[in-house]
Amino acid sequence: MNNVIIIDSTLRDGSHAIAHQFTAKNISDYAKGAEGAGIPILVVGHGNGLGASSLQLGMSLLSDTKMLKVAKKELKKTKLGAFLIPGFGTIKNDLDPAIAAGCEAMMVASHCTEANIMRQHIEYCAKRGLLTYGILMMSHMISARELLTQAKLIQEYGARGVLLMDSAGAYLPEDVSQKIATLVSGLSVDVGFHAHNNLGMAIANSVAAVKAGAKILDCTSRGLGAGAGNCQLEVIVAVLLKMGYKLDLDFFKLMDNSEKIISKIGQGQVIGSTSLTSGLAGVFSGFAPHIKKASRKFGVDARDILIELKKRKVVAGQEDIIIDVAMNLRNKKKAKKEDYSIEALL
Amino acid sequence: MQKIKIKVGIIGTGNIGCDLLVKVQRSKVLECGIFAGQNPNSEGIKMARSMGVNTSYKSINSIVDNPEICDIVFDATSAQAHLIHAPILKKLNKFTIDMTPSRVGKMCVPILNLEECLNSQNVNMVTCGGQDTVPVIWAIMKIHPQTKYVEIVSSIASKSAGIATRENIDEYTQTTSEGIKAFTKVPNAKAIIILNPSEPPIVMHNTIYAKVDKPNIAKLSGELKRIVAKIRQYVPGFRIIAGPVFENNRLTVINEVRGLGDFLPVWAGNLDIINCAAVRVAEEYARRKLL
Repeated sequence: MNNVIIIDSTLRDGSHAIAHQFTAKNISDYAKGAEGAGIPILVVGHGNGLGASSLQLGMSLLSDTKMLKVAKKELKKTKLGAFLIPGFGTIKNDLDPAIAAGCEAMMVASHCTEANIMRQHIEYCAKRGLLTYGILMMSHMISARELLTQAKLIQEYGARGVLLMDSAGAYLPEDVSQKIATLVSGLSVDVGFHAHNNLGMAIANSVAAVKAGAKILDCTSRGLGAGAGNCQLEVIVAVLLKMGYKLDLDFFKLMDNSEKIISKIGQGQVIGSTSLTSGLAGVFSGFAPHIKKASRKFGVDARDILIELKKRKVVAGQEDIIIDVAMNLRNKKKAKKEDYSIEALL
Repeated sequence: MQKIKIKVGIIGTGNIGCDLLVKVQRSKVLECGIFAGQNPNSEGIKMARSMGVNTSYKSINSIVDNPEICDIVFDATSAQAHLIHAPILKKLNKFTIDMTPSRVGKMCVPILNLEECLNSQNVNMVTCGGQDTVPVIWAIMKIHPQTKYVEIVSSIASKSAGIATRENIDEYTQTTSEGIKAFTKVPNAKAIIILNPSEPPIVMHNTIYAKVDKPNIAKLSGELKRIVAKIRQYVPGFRIIAGPVFENNRLTVINEVRGLGDFLPVWAGNLDIINCAAVRVAEEYARRKLL
């Protein structure tokens, strides 16, 4: 019996950390490991999900369908999952092929204020018997009460659970406790949390979520993920076991997956200055590599780009604004001293 | 002497329908015969009534019951509803301008194929993202016809996307990419749609990327200038704000559209880019009828 369901997004969010270049061998090796460790759901694909391989976000090495098929071959008990943001993938081009490739779970996501753009896709998947979850991204941007209103829509569309995503790694544990508790008391479906580690709080925030009643944690092996990475799967499992939770997972196998498979795919997730600034500013974690590139190309400080992105309140998927902002900053006169201040980020 | 105008019917009283109504009432050749929705107390119906426009809550049946009420019909409902409306309007022989991403009728981007569309009974206005980006991609394809892949990212203010747009986001995304392929002959196209809720609302912002190895920036800039001038004849708030620039191994052009502020404020350029195009089609149809 699992007290907490661990969703493994290593082969989805982890894709951000390696510019979406998972090879077939990477995928089959890790899928085998996840199956061996007893992972209930393994989510596979481009970092931004089905149909997101693009010039805007970066092209995947392999097509979505290819990635899903490779993973599916290794999975028996572990359910194969995919991720979809409406506005990127479509039913015809992306969802139907993913279902045909053997997807049994679907994570449908939108910006935290826009849950009603998920209706078509959640209903479509739920009707076809997929284990369907709805995800509110960048959830630090609105209040607990507003999140509950959005989460209720997801529940009404037929999702089995609602996950709050800390896409910017901006939360402190108190925020997580309050928001998760509000959802838990207001919903009849399960509540979950997906952390990022920009402020070094991924484990603490995931613990806070579980203590507040979350039944699902979305994590990645070795923390492999966008920006400063995610909640490190094998670590949170160790912590939960120590806290007395029951998890049907092979803990030693999880450590082996991290040590023997993921360490060869991506580097350890150090919290670099771009990711740290991004966490403080509450800007989407996945922007980091794009910000670094634009910073080099247009000769402007990555942190200034982040301050401007915070002002513009950009949401996930708006990587094109980075170019816009960087070009504008280049054309402006040298920024004033006060523009660099920490106050601009808080 | 009062000038004769051609009567239009507008079905759907959301953002698109209301903005169309304001534009139609300003036209020299069009006037609204019926503004029809489903809810007698919707904000749209109230606005139309205050403008002195004939309204109905019987949606398309207001035209079925009284076909003489209009010659042109704008369908601003939803893709699903248009599938039901299209055969009815065909039977009534109404020149139909479909504002939804249903893809029933002939896809129309006025600066590229207005003439052909005037001979069709049902014209589809693709999507706002399509109206904005198709001409830019057409210009890119003219200079670099070997281009195999283009992509557009259209960001609009959450407030400008009504419930039908949201519940049709799948059709919207699919129709935008199919419209791009059909008009520009690029073999592969992707459309990405983003809703941004920030306050004050964002101005419609579109980025066009093309996979071009060695773009001729000078030639492209010239071609874009010409095409932008044409678009600005009916959407004055359209402008290129960055590019064309070659960065990160892709050709990038960024534009934004400010609207006229007819129904929603100027940030809702996405209403204007599609509605100005649709009104242009209707006006051209009307002018020929009035000859």
